[in-house]
Amino acid sequence: MINFAAASAAQPLALILLAPLINGCVKKLKAVLQNRRGASVLQPYWDILKSFRKEEAISETTSWIFRAVPYAVFGATAAACFLVPVAAAAAPFGFAGDLITLVYLLALPRFFTALGGLDAGSAFGGMGSSREVMIASMAEPALIMALFTVGVETGTTQIDAAARILSQGGWTAFSPGAALAFAALFLVLLAECGRLPVDNPATHLELTMVHEAMLLEYSGRSLALIEWASMIKLTLFLTLLANLFLPWGIALEAEAAPLALGVLVYGVKIAALLAVLAVAETSTAKLRLFRVPDFLGAAFVLALLGLLSQGVLRLGL
Amino acid sequence: MNFILAAAFLFVLGAAAGIALGRWPAAARLAGYGSAALASLSLLLESLACLLGGASSSLILPGTAALADFSFRLTPFGALFCAPISALGFAASVYAVGYAEEHDDKVSRLVAFYNLFLLGMSFLPAAQNAFSFLLCWEWMTVASFFLVALDHEKSESRRAGYIYFVMSQAGAAFVFALFFLLRAAAGSWEFEAFKAAGPLLPAGAKNALFLLALIGFGTKAGMAPLHLWLPYAHPAAPSHVSALMSGAMIKTGIYGLLLTIFSFLGGGPWWWGAVLLAAAAATSLIGVAYALIENDIKRLLAYCSVENIGVILMGVGAGMLFRAFGREELALLSLSAALYHTVNHALFKGLLFLSAGSVLKAAHTRNIEEMGGLIKRMPLTALCFLIGSMSISALPPFNGFVSEWLTFQALLSGFNLPTMSTRILSLLAAAALALTSGLAAACFVKAFGVAFLALPRIDNARRAVEASVWELSAMGILALGCLGLGLFPGVVLGLLKPAIESLNSGPAAFLPNPLLAPSAADGPYGQALPAALVALAASAAAAAAAAAAAARWIGGPARARRVPTWACGLPELTPRMEYTATAFSKPFRLLFSFIYRPLREVSQECVSSPYFPRNIRYSSKITYLIREKLYRPPLRLFLKVSHMARRLQAGSVNVYLGYLSAAVTALLLLSLWGGWR
Repeated sequence: MINFAAASAAQPLALILLAPLINGCVKKLKAVLQNRRGASVLQPYWDILKSFRKEEAISETTSWIFRAVPYAVFGATAAACFLVPVAAAAAPFGFAGDLITLVYLLALPRFFTALGGLDAGSAFGGMGSSREVMIASMAEPALIMALFTVGVETGTTQIDAAARILSQGGWTAFSPGAALAFAALFLVLLAECGRLPVDNPATHLELTMVHEAMLLEYSGRSLALIEWASMIKLTLFLTLLANLFLPWGIALEAEAAPLALGVLVYGVKIAALLAVLAVAETSTAKLRLFRVPDFLGAAFVLALLGLLSQGVLRLGL
Repeated sequence: MNFILAAAFLFVLGAAAGIALGRWPAAARLAGYGSAALASLSLLLESLACLLGGASSSLILPGTAALADFSFRLTPFGALFCAPISALGFAASVYAVGYAEEHDDKVSRLVAFYNLFLLGMSFLPAAQNAFSFLLCWEWMTVASFFLVALDHEKSESRRAGYIYFVMSQAGAAFVFALFFLLRAAAGSWEFEAFKAAGPLLPAGAKNALFLLALIGFGTKAGMAPLHLWLPYAHPAAPSHVSALMSGAMIKTGIYGLLLTIFSFLGGGPWWWGAVLLAAAAATSLIGVAYALIENDIKRLLAYCSVENIGVILMGVGAGMLFRAFGREELALLSLSAALYHTVNHALFKGLLFLSAGSVLKAAHTRNIEEMGGLIKRMPLTALCFLIGSMSISALPPFNGFVSEWLTFQALLSGFNLPTMSTRILSLLAAAALALTSGLAAACFVKAFGVAFLALPRIDNARRAVEASVWELSAMGILALGCLGLGLFPGVVLGLLKPAIESLNSGPAAFLPNPLLAPSAADGPYGQALPAALVALAASAAAAAAAAAAAARWIGGPARARRVPTWACGLPELTPRMEYTATAFSKPFRLLFSFIYRPLREVSQECVSSPYFPRNIRYSSKITYLIREKLYRPPLRLFLKVSHMARRLQAGSVNVYLGYLSAAVTALLLLSLWGGWR
């Protein structure tokens, strides 16, 4: 007999600690697809540790905002992990927030990163911030609509309750609305986590970067915290995709067997999603910045159609 | 003690002090604003006591035989509006003691009209009959007109005042018509009689009254497309007045609308809610779209008020839809979302306008592109503006988050509605709200980032100093309010309960859970506890900091070093390298070019090749579609007709005598014709 509360409390910690590994896996998969050997999957851990130990250079132009940003970003992103079920359909701090809260908790880091980009006074930071808020202001509504599709389907905005209801529903989780919302959420993931074709996480080419441009002035542990937070964010989005749209196998009881199965199934689902992400990133070229709104517009329309079809089909005319 | 009477007395005293002490501006400010602050404080206490269940004192002045008495008494619903108005009134008055030295040359006028404006506005929610209500309504409008047109030497202020006055009075005409019709139906001026007679009216009459209320109160609230006056009038007034106009005065429109629809007419058919919801979605999107590209900080905030009125009206519209289909518990959820946002908006918009006012006073410019670096010169003002920005962007743990969360829950519950069209409408409104909140966050990243961060762009901004203690303490009160209402939503929801009950004139099954979780059996409900989020985020950040510290301890001491920002190889960073507000919003100008219709003009002066320009001139402006397409054509027609009518005035006495005799002849003929019939 395992204490369900303890087991579920381990979930957010696991998300936070395994995020670099998952990021390392994407990089490795992409390298393999590109016929490279690539770095070890553990490389992100070494990168974080290295940055933690490095001296930090802070611009003279900046204010306290610049120094507060890494902590606000990391804190809010980590807090978001506590709301999301991972291997068991229970979120230890589910009472603290639901899907809507999750969206706004993820908006908080973006707000602060964009301010941090402006604080140093260089044109790159401002450019990055301006692009980031433009992308985010299109991605956020799509994200809300996609998550609301789940809300309408399950009748709750509590994330753990939604995952439980979907998982108990069996194959009924496959609905046209959910499929549209899944596609929309995947597109939002690409935009929000700064992946190709919206932003290239591997480039510092000055005129194309978005997320990296905002972080240009950061170094040392501040940089490490922000980078770690963005890895957590990617993991969080993958977990949402896995548990809200492919809910089968998540542990519903506090027994050893379902929990072990839940962990295993979660691993398989994440691995599959990582493969899809790596293939998607390898097979697309980066979009021109002003084509990105079309891309996100597609995500928004998909999510809205998903929501409306859910509202119409599920409940009759 | 009769707090209402005391407040009225203090307001009048403040106005008199302003006039009497005109020669000693500092004394006039202290006496006039101090008196206004005390009056507001006593009204605030009275309203809170009323919301907590106490009986309200009343003020009744006997009227003449033909008209009703002046009757003022707070109901819990009125108290819910009176509380934020007087809280903001208190903060703005304290602020003005320090701030208003800017306007010391007109101190008498400013202090007197300020007190009168506050008097009219804070007594409006206490009015118990149509006569008192209309009196306060006009009182508030006329007094605020004089405040908008305070700097009447500037043509900009005169124009703002003129537009404001004309639109307010046009709106007031609808309100007067509404109340006169209700008076005719009820046979009395008293609101109690309206409440009894209104619900019994035939459907056609109710529809007409609803439309009158929508236009009349919608104009005051700034509902699109009736919001045209708002971005002119709010920036033109002194900042503490702007804060009151934007944070409090437009709420009186919401008050009137709710009172008419829910109390006097007892709810209506579903299409009322649908119309309001659609208008609300349009209002919020239009407001935020123009706020996003605005560089004048006060106009930006004014457009943002339009957006927030949209958010409030979304809650109201959803509530009407649910009411029409008999889903009382969901109607209550929607109404509490709307009322919560009403209170919140008063706090954060007041805070933003007050801190913008201090910036304006310090940097002598309203253009955020000329500011920059103010966070180092005015750290506390910057912190206040940041808190306001986070609240208005609905970021946890501040108050805007709670009310937007409630509004989202209300709109999402729309899938419980029985007809498909209303379900789709409600979900589309949720989409509009999602888009609005994303754009609002972008707007305030721009406003705060460009105005307060990086390097100052003009000398005035470089020389800016921190605001006075009066200003800072007023902003501090509002900032604490934003935080408190965000962290303890249960307390506020408890105060909303009696207000909604008094609006509906009956007890209501109401949000039982202090964690914001309505526990109805169906509907997508969730819960949110902002205080827990703060605790989680803070402990995570602390853990991360500890981990980083541990890692550094292992690796040996490495301190942070201050270095200049890399300036791409140039000797040093200059403000000209910073991103400007126009550049920041450029992606949005391109993205929404179908709304903005931007015009861009670049002229280059070159010597030999276009790659070596000697001088580049760039200008960019946008077209205000609503003004140009909706207001301009009828205005042009009106002017044309007036122009034609002017031909009648030839200036010659003989012609005028001719008109007179023609009129007399026509009247005689008319009466003869009447007698013959």
